[in-house]
Amino acid sequence: MVTTDQIFQWLEEVSDPEVPVLSVIDLGVVRDVQIEGTKVFVTITPTYSGCPAMQVMEDDIRSKLQEKGISDIHINTTLSPAWTTDWLSEKGKFKLREYGIAPPVNEVDKSVLFAAPPIVACPKCQSQNTRMVSQFGSTACKAHYQCNECLEPFDYFKCLK
Amino acid sequence: MNNEALFRYLLRLGDDSLILGQRLGEWCGHGPILEEDIALTNIALDLIGQATSILNYAGEVEGKGRDGDKLAFLRFEHEYTNLLLLEQPNGDFGDTIMRQFLFDAFRKPLFEQLIHSGDKQLSAIAEKSLKETKYHLRHTSEWIIRLGDGTEESHQRIQKSLDNLWRYTDEIFMTDSVDEELTKNGILPDLSSIRSIWEETVKSVFAEATITIPTNNWKFEGGRRGRHSEHMGYILSDLQYMQRAYPNMEW
Ligand SMILES: [Zn+2]
Repeated sequence: MVTTDQIFQWLEEVSDPEVPVLSVIDLGVVRDVQIEGTKVFVTITPTYSGCPAMQVMEDDIRSKLQEKGISDIHINTTLSPAWTTDWLSEKGKFKLREYGIAPPVNEVDKSVLFAAPPIVACPKCQSQNTRMVSQFGSTACKAHYQCNECLEPFDYFKCLK
Repeated sequence: MNNEALFRYLLRLGDDSLILGQRLGEWCGHGPILEEDIALTNIALDLIGQATSILNYAGEVEGKGRDGDKLAFLRFEHEYTNLLLLEQPNGDFGDTIMRQFLFDAFRKPLFEQLIHSGDKQLSAIAEKSLKETKYHLRHTSEWIIRLGDGTEESHQRIQKSLDNLWRYTDEIFMTDSVDEELTKNGILPDLSSIRSIWEETVKSVFAEATITIPTNNWKFEGGRRGRHSEHMGYILSDLQYMQRAYPNMEW
């Protein structure tokens, strides 16, 4: 008899296709798992409305569960409560840094114009002397930064609140 | 309450996101600098994502078996009810930023209030979309100020963008029986309250950008009734090409 804990554990093996170092659990997109008899219900939530990785994650979750011998799989999407970067696990933030992507830091409200960009530490040399190159980066969830000390260009997983 | 009004409102909301997202997508590979190319296409992606959620829900409400894709790709021109503002050509970078700013300044307070909608799914869509819209509005506001209060050339050009697009802004706040019914039922906020927030935003940003709102402009409307400008057909021929040429294709 499979348990929800077991399913969560299996889903740790499904990675975000855009940031493969993160599992869908680290990313915080799996909201709920329910088991009813032989049926397994998984509820997921998108990071950004247009995130092209969501369909891939859904397919990967399905095939992972099939691989584990589950055939009656129901995946639903919920929009509320909306995903924010607070849903990223601490382990996920650590893995991001190791991978060379700066994890989100607390930012001022987006409605403040010309607010100084957040101080983001360089994931290579840890210097806080970095600059934002662009608010919009390689994917919807990232901004583009560069380190002024070691000159490393890097992605910052931007704060979404 | 009758679902017809909700369905028609969702089409308006979804078509606004869809058509502007399609327009912005035309910038892909043509941005003035790499960072802006990426920014405009990121915003396009958010809008297309919103359109997907909204139109899928519209299909559910309609209950005739049409999903978001069918609604996006298989309607005729007169069945699209987006604002005329959003189908206007991209023009230069300033024109695109001005069109986007006028829209973002409306969308942000709209989503803020739609979170309190009596319709749960609409409220969830608004909660999700608001987070993205805040980024967009900040980005476009900063550009309006930079361009307006920039060089003589950029000032004169962004002023011209505003002069051309201002005539399409009245339509944003026009209401008809669809809005009235939904407002009465607690589904939709009163658009006049959103208009005052919008006016405050655009006035303060334009003041800082040292550009002026034109007067005596002829006002255009018709998008909400499916009466479009000559640009719409060209947008749809691009948007719908694959589904029309290869019906039911998927990838
Ligand atoms: Zn560094």
